[in-house]
Amino acid sequence: MSRSAEVGGFLPRILAVPAVVGLALLVVPLGTLVARVEWSTLWADITAPAALSALGLSFLTALLATAACVVLGIPLALLIARSPRRTAAVMRALVTIPLVLPPMVGGVALLFLFGRTGWLGGALADLGIRVPFTTGAVVLAQVFVALPFLVLALEGSLRSTGIAYEQAAATLGAGRWTTLWRVTLPLSLPGLIAGVILCFARAVGEFGATALFAGNAPGVTQTMPLAIYTAFNGSGVGQGTGVALSLLLLVTAIAVLLLVRAWRPEAPR
Amino acid sequence: MTGGALDAHVVVRRRDLVVDIVIAAAPGEIVAIMGPSGAGKSTLLSAIAGLARLHAGSIRIDETDAATTAPRRLHVPAARRGVVMLSQDPHLFPHLTVRDNIAFGPRARGVERTVADAAADEWIWRVGLDGMGDVRPAALSGGQQQRVALARALATEPKLLLLDEPLTAIDAETAGDIRALLHDQLAATRVTTLLVSHDAVDAASLAARLVIVEEGRVAQEGPVREVLSIPATRFAAVAAGVNRVIGVARGGRWVSPDGEVVLAARSGRGTGRPAVADGEPLAALFRPAAVRLERPEELTWTAALRLRDVEPSPAGEWLARVVRLEQTPAGARVHTAEPAVAVDLAADDVAALGLAPGVPVRLRVAAADVRIAAVAASAVSPAVVPAEITRRPR
Repeated sequence: MSRSAEVGGFLPRILAVPAVVGLALLVVPLGTLVARVEWSTLWADITAPAALSALGLSFLTALLATAACVVLGIPLALLIARSPRRTAAVMRALVTIPLVLPPMVGGVALLFLFGRTGWLGGALADLGIRVPFTTGAVVLAQVFVALPFLVLALEGSLRSTGIAYEQAAATLGAGRWTTLWRVTLPLSLPGLIAGVILCFARAVGEFGATALFAGNAPGVTQTMPLAIYTAFNGSGVGQGTGVALSLLLLVTAIAVLLLVRAWRPEAPR
Repeated sequence: MTGGALDAHVVVRRRDLVVDIVIAAAPGEIVAIMGPSGAGKSTLLSAIAGLARLHAGSIRIDETDAATTAPRRLHVPAARRGVVMLSQDPHLFPHLTVRDNIAFGPRARGVERTVADAAADEWIWRVGLDGMGDVRPAALSGGQQQRVALARALATEPKLLLLDEPLTAIDAETAGDIRALLHDQLAATRVTTLLVSHDAVDAASLAARLVIVEEGRVAQEGPVREVLSIPATRFAAVAAGVNRVIGVARGGRWVSPDGEVVLAARSGRGTGRPAVADGEPLAALFRPAAVRLERPEELTWTAALRLRDVEPSPAGEWLARVVRLEQTPAGARVHTAEPAVAVDLAADDVAALGLAPGVPVRLRVAAADVRIAAVAASAVSPAVVPAEITRRPR
C-alpha cells in the first residue's frame, strides 16, 4: 500500500501549532549560534591558546572519564541486570539520581566528600593528595554525571537479552569469563557502544559539577564549557573563541547522535 | 564416544509444586519422559543440567557426584558437568556463524581453533548443512537451526544429552526429518539421553524406556511398549492414544460404574486378566480403532434407552451418545459419553451414518481387543471420569 493512499490522521489539526513552536524553540537558537560564527576567523579562534588548551583538556579528561566509566560501568550494569527484580529496581533508581540531579548539586556533594574536611578528603590530605581543583577533579566530576548513561544503556540491553544464551554457553562447558567475553558482552554490544558514546558526549559537555568541584583554572580545569562560560562572563577568553568552541560542541553533539543512531539498526535480535 | 550413566534423585521445590523424581539411565540408553505441562519435566532437566539447585536428593553422572545435598551440599556448576541441554528454542548464538556456534563448546574447553573448526565442519556435514558454515543463525530456517543446535550439543561429546521438546517448535514434516537425524546421531554417538516430549511417536521411535511424570512424581515407567499398551494413568492413556475406562471387577469381567456396560478381556498370556477381587477398580484399555460403531434402529435417545431396559446389551456392546466429532488425519474421531470412549472412523463413515452430537450409537468392541488392568490406588480417585482421547495439536 502506498503512503499516499493512507488516511491522513486522527489528531486535532490545531496541535500542529504548539508542535511547530516547540520544535522552533529547539532549533532556532542553534541556528542563530551558527549564524554568529565568524567563518573568516574561525580557524584562528579555535587555534587561539585558550581555546586549544580547553579543547585538549576537554578531550583528555572526557577520554579518561569514559575509560573509568567503562571499567566501573560494565560490572555495575551486569550486576543490576542479573539481580533479583526488586534489588535491580533499587539499584537502577540509585544510578538514575545523578542523571536527573542538577550537576551543581553533584559538584557540591563531591566537594563535601573530597574537600579538606570531607570524609575522604581528610584521609587523602593526610597522604598528601588533594583532589578538588585539579584535573583529577574534572575527571571525577565527569564520571559522576556520565556514568549513569553508560550503565542504563548497557543494563537495558543486557536485560532484554536475558540469560538463555548464557545458560546455553554454560551447559556447553564455557566458564564464567568465557561466557562473559564470548556471549554476554558481544550480545549486548549495541547497548555498550551507545552507552560509551553517550557517556563521552556527556563528559565533554559537563559544566556544573566541574565548575564547583574543579574550578576554572585555565590549562588545569578549564574545559570547553568552562571556557565558553568565561568568554561571556569573565575575562581571558575572547567571545569569538567562545562561539567557535560552542560550534565545536554542537558538531560533537550531532556526530554523537548520528553515531548512536547508526548503531541501533545493527542490534542483533 | 559413549555417554555416562545417570543416577539421580531430584527434589526441587517450586512455588506451585514439589518435584520429587528418581530417574536413572544406563550408558548409551535413551529414556523418554512424558507428562502434562507443568508436571516438572523441565525442572527435572534443569536440575540435572546444573541450572537449578537441588533441595534434596543427589545426582550422579558417569559415576561422579554432580550434586548432593547430604551429608554435604555439592553443586558442580553446569559448565563442568558434561551435560548439554537442547530445548525447544535452539538458542544459537546470533553473533556467531554456524561453524563458530558448533566449535563454541570445544573452544571453551581449550581445544585449538583449527582443530575445533575442522570438527565443526565435520558436524556441519553430519547434520546435512554442507556449505552453511559461514552463515549466521538468523539466515537459517527453524529446522536448520535445530540441526545446528544438535551438532553444537554433540560436538562437546557430552556424557549426557538432555532434549527438552526439541521437535515442538517446528512443522510436522521438518520434525520428521529431525527425528530421523536424532535417531541416527544418537545411535552413532551412543550418548546417554533424556528426551522430554509430548509426542508418543518420539518416545516410541527414539527411546527404549518411557517415564510418565505427573505432578512432580513418576506416575509410571517401563519399556516404551509396555507403558503405551497398558497406560496406568489418564494422561498416559491420552498420550498412547488408548481408551482407558475405569470400572469395577465383577466375576473376572470389567463392569462400568453404572453397571450398564460389561467387557470381557482377551484371555491368555500377559496382562489379560489380573487377579482382582470383585468390586475392586479395574481399567479397561482398548484402541479407538478397535471399536465398531453403528446406528441403532431407534433414532432417538429416549427410544433407544427404553429398548435397552427391555433387552440388556450383551458383553462388549453398549449404547452410547455422540458428544463431539473431531477431525483426524485418517478421518474422524467420535467421542461418546457414558462411559467416555473415543472411536476412530473414516470420514465417509461419519457421513454415511449421519453422526452428530446427541445422536445415539451402538458400540461394540471384541474381547480380543480389550486389555484389563488393575488400577493403582493413587490413580483412581479423580479418574473415575474415564479416559477421553484427544489428539494434541502440534
